[in-house]
Amino acid sequence: MPQKQINSYSVTYTQILDEEGKVDRDLEPQLEPEQLLSMYRYMSLAREVDQRMLKMQRQGRMGTFPPNTGQEAIVCATALAMGERDWMAGSYRELGARLIRGDTIENHMLYYGGFEEGNTAPAEARILPTYVVLASQLPNAVGAAYAMQYKGEEGTAVVAFIGDGATSQGDFHEALNFAGVWNSPVVFVCQNNQWAISHPRAKQTKSETIAQKAFAYGFEGVQVDGNDPLAVYRAVDAALDRAKGGGGPTLVEAVTYRLMMHTTADDPKKYRSEEEEKKWWARDPLIRTRKYLQDKDLWDDDREAAQQEELKAEVLAAVKRYEEIAASKPKADIAFDNLFGTEVPEVEAQRAAFLANLAREEG
Amino acid sequence: MAKLNMVQALNLAMKQEMQQDGDVLVMGEDVGRDGGVFRVTDGLLDEFGEMRVIDTPLAESGIIGTAIGMAMAGLKPVAEMQFSGFSYIAFPQLEANASRMRARSMGTWTVPMVLRMPYGGGVRALEHHSESREATFAHVPGCKVVIPSGPRNARALLVASIRDPDPVVFMEPKHSYRAFREEVPEEPEVMELGKAEVVQPGDDLTVVTWGAMMRPTLKAVEAVGQERGASIELIDLLTISPMDTETIVTSVKKTGRCVVVQEAPRTLGMSSEIVARINDHALLYLEAPVERVTHYDVVMPYFGRELLYMPDEGQVTEAINRTLDF
Repeated sequence: MPQKQINSYSVTYTQILDEEGKVDRDLEPQLEPEQLLSMYRYMSLAREVDQRMLKMQRQGRMGTFPPNTGQEAIVCATALAMGERDWMAGSYRELGARLIRGDTIENHMLYYGGFEEGNTAPAEARILPTYVVLASQLPNAVGAAYAMQYKGEEGTAVVAFIGDGATSQGDFHEALNFAGVWNSPVVFVCQNNQWAISHPRAKQTKSETIAQKAFAYGFEGVQVDGNDPLAVYRAVDAALDRAKGGGGPTLVEAVTYRLMMHTTADDPKKYRSEEEEKKWWARDPLIRTRKYLQDKDLWDDDREAAQQEELKAEVLAAVKRYEEIAASKPKADIAFDNLFGTEVPEVEAQRAAFLANLAREEG
Repeated sequence: MAKLNMVQALNLAMKQEMQQDGDVLVMGEDVGRDGGVFRVTDGLLDEFGEMRVIDTPLAESGIIGTAIGMAMAGLKPVAEMQFSGFSYIAFPQLEANASRMRARSMGTWTVPMVLRMPYGGGVRALEHHSESREATFAHVPGCKVVIPSGPRNARALLVASIRDPDPVVFMEPKHSYRAFREEVPEEPEVMELGKAEVVQPGDDLTVVTWGAMMRPTLKAVEAVGQERGASIELIDLLTISPMDTETIVTSVKKTGRCVVVQEAPRTLGMSSEIVARINDHALLYLEAPVERVTHYDVVMPYFGRELLYMPDEGQVTEAINRTLDF
């Protein structure tokens, strides 16, 4: 009986900028100073938004929300690699990328403040809305990529984010399978932050890496240090080039750590050690990026202090706008407005009942 | 005008919509080369090519999920579930994404797609192939649910569903696929969604039904009409959700008596909702309790026994007579 090796697969791990700020010059992407400074600014902005919203949440001025602290490098470096006409699909821990792509801080606050008004990033910006049902965004992303292929749009691709926990979902596997079969121009970026609420990565899948799952669907998977923006940029940039050149999808696994809680409704102390957290705080992507900029003479303590002040003011201005909108009693009957694109008598009858009830309670 | 069965009429609807709108495409398991397991998409691959008639991998959530993405990005996919019994694995995409995308993004994103699926019993199919679960889909706000009863309305309703700006679950009574033919005009015909049709006017009693139950119900209505000269108004619901309350209520106010016939299980079926709406709007006009003829609240038995459980002409005749005699 013949027996032969069909193929073998290997996963590479890439780190370009280490924790000490040392750079692998052979792999370093050649980015303009403005690009680097802009990326660092958005990383810092996303961190500042977390800090502010955490305070607000504890004061009862904000709903439950998922902080993105620790994962800013992945999403900001990915957004930096994306073209203007590319699509982005995420779940809910991609704040920096959403802001870079043109969404606003007050939208983010409105969404987690309980208002649909926050989920309205313009369709032209090609940012799909926030997805809470995990992995369900991926088939939608592959469908959007199909639409681009169908319309013959050249030089565009879809970036679809997912977390490590959601790789256990059927939709993750169905989406990757469809993308492989259709040779979709999609880059899947997995933010492997080690924890799905209280469930550790090791108990999510027996696979040694998440990246290797791509090979089962006929395309390449790579692993990068997710706290290293240069490694993320390089991997996503290459994957986007491949996708836009007709080379199909790629899965980029970015290894990172969720430095804070899953959402403000859980306490990480219950399921993981402080030593583990401490170890990862030392790998904070902001510290590393700052060192890189300093070594390039693009940054110093004064500029850092000035930017911190600027970001604080920017976030506070957004808080003001958010609280004004929230306090202004936005239109009550929007659930009836946006149910269907056609007029439906039963919907209108129920709207009238809703408004009458509201008037009675307010009167 | 050609005499077509429902399969041919549905095929005509898709073909003409694809001819006149380049954004319309068809996708699903075996819809291309094989023309669909019921041949509803037969010939479309040859005319429109592989980009517009997509044989997908065997994964229902992937089919609906990618169709949603296509719709969000400007296309109008018509996705086929091979049988409704296989659609539940894709329910999260319908509930979490398709039906609520417009509402949750305040109209920024919309999902104009059609999800076609053959449903219902009576064709001696394997298990999981014969259920009627329209109420399950009708309970999801934001998606429309449509069930035609014959070739002509099947064509006109599918055209309307493809043109509708929201997701439509289009359930095809497979028992009626090839059971009979009707004249179907070549010129595209569109029926408005959300409207029931008074198939036959009458004064003594209203019968409401839809889908494959239309045939036995029609026979029962004719039989009772001939036997005792009763004038019976027959309503074909056509759009299950959003339901046309007005047509039903107007009729019941006139007749004072009503029988609802559904193929689906009894509890929380659409007949329950129809009785509730009659209660809301026409209770004081009633001369008799509203009767329901339904399947039982049991798992659909294998086809060796299925006909024993499905509503038939005899049960409908009984219910009409009881309600007239009350």
